[in-house]
Amino acid sequence: MATVISNERLAEGVYHLAVEGGNSGEMGQFYMLRAWGAYPLLSRPLSIHQVNDNGVEFLYHVVGEGTEILAGLNPGDPLELEGPFGTGFPQVEGKVALVGGGIGIAPLYYCAQKLPGSDIYLGFSREPFRTEAFRPLAAELTVDVGGLILDSVDFSAYDHIFVCGPHPMLKAAQLKGSAPDPAGKHPDVYLSLENRMACGIGACLVCSVSCKDGQRKACADGPVFLAEEVLFHD
Amino acid sequence: MINTTATIAGVSFKNPIVMASGTFGFGREYGRLYDVSLLGGISGKGLTLHAKAGNPGIRVYETPSGMLNSVGLENPGVEAFLAKELPYWETLDTARIVNLGGNTLADYVLGAELIQRDADARLLAGKPAVDMIELNISCPNVKEGGIAFGVKTPAAQEVVRAVRAATSLPLAVKLSPNAEDIAEMAVMCEAEGADAVSLINTISGMKIDVRRRRSVFNNLYAGLSGPAVKPVALRMVHQVSRRVTIPVIGMGGITSAADIIEFIMAGATVIQVGTYNFMNLRAGSTLVEELQQFMKEENISSLDEIRGIV
Repeated sequence: MATVISNERLAEGVYHLAVEGGNSGEMGQFYMLRAWGAYPLLSRPLSIHQVNDNGVEFLYHVVGEGTEILAGLNPGDPLELEGPFGTGFPQVEGKVALVGGGIGIAPLYYCAQKLPGSDIYLGFSREPFRTEAFRPLAAELTVDVGGLILDSVDFSAYDHIFVCGPHPMLKAAQLKGSAPDPAGKHPDVYLSLENRMACGIGACLVCSVSCKDGQRKACADGPVFLAEEVLFHD
Repeated sequence: MINTTATIAGVSFKNPIVMASGTFGFGREYGRLYDVSLLGGISGKGLTLHAKAGNPGIRVYETPSGMLNSVGLENPGVEAFLAKELPYWETLDTARIVNLGGNTLADYVLGAELIQRDADARLLAGKPAVDMIELNISCPNVKEGGIAFGVKTPAAQEVVRAVRAATSLPLAVKLSPNAEDIAEMAVMCEAEGADAVSLINTISGMKIDVRRRRSVFNNLYAGLSGPAVKPVALRMVHQVSRRVTIPVIGMGGITSAADIIEFIMAGATVIQVGTYNFMNLRAGSTLVEELQQFMKEENISSLDEIRGIV
């Protein structure tokens, strides 16, 4: 059992939740959260925004009944926390770009802490949030509102690019990462995928992802995958 | 001393809590969270002769007190299971149940033969083997096989008869609530030499995305499970257990010790826990503890005392 430290509204439907308990995890991993009884049936997977001595923090967007309940939590409220789960971003060396779209910026804050000197690109369709928290962690911070943040990223300038955001953005990042580069530089592009999950630990096979080497699990083999491994069907 | 043990066709269960196929993988993942040897048994992820990629598109959708799934039997195939997963099962002290599905009659038979051959070799080598086959003729999420065999009794009879001939391992047949007559189906299974029947598999259901004006599932329909199905499951277990003399393995929406006792009172010998594993990742260990406590409180010293009492 964990306890809510704070649950702050950052923008329309976007919240920053700090929880006491569960103070472990790597970049790109997630926890399963539950602050209700039997309904909704499933717990909700939320990626780690930050881990510190007090506990763990999350950014989430209210999209359904589960996240709506989370949005109503107050300091001191109990919630169940299972994790950390999943295979996150690798610890890498070299020049790194962190590229987030909307609520996809959530896991990149912890990456920015673990990979100082990274360039950070944050894209929002409407109201930006948490950008000032990223600023001191970035070698260079680029914020875009209303456009396509990937357009700002010169892929050939980096050894590693970590991307988290909506589905079309991930597909676009895969495409951009695989384009032939005249300078012969080819960054490793890592995508953090989002998928419906039931168990979160690799048992139910609800979150299968089609990859070049067959079906893989977003929850256990991912959520982070090398972009070139993923087969996007739609 | 509270006695929670049960026996089916010579297979002993230290308690009646068995993890249901499709919700527990092969136990490894949950094994990182608690000692799965506490459990009465594990029914592994449904296997088909050859590996299956499962269904594309959305695979799970929540409903009031339930869940629709359309996983479509994604699995590594029988041979990969025997080579890669069974060695892990060897290390566990719990009943090992293989859930076997199929696309064609031949697939079911070949799958059962492979499992039988492996069990023979293991027993000869003094190693733990598969304890029981749970024949899945009732998966609603695969186009061929699956439910097609599970609805009409004559079609099911053909599969049960063929698999019974292919294996001497204890055989449970998992029945569909979508069967035309589930009690008649169970009676047929007993007549064909099944050692148990397990019920219920998921109930065929649907969810429409009203904005996109289409079903959320590529396969149109999906299988409903969870607390929402419990009253139906309980009624069917009660009905079937009165018609057959072989043990009934009951399941459908169990989330508490009281739920377990209900199923035992309806006539189940052991029960399976499925969807609750997703609501509480430690469902197995929670229920093992709660059942002991519940039986103590209710002065139930043995499950035999209350089995089929209603």
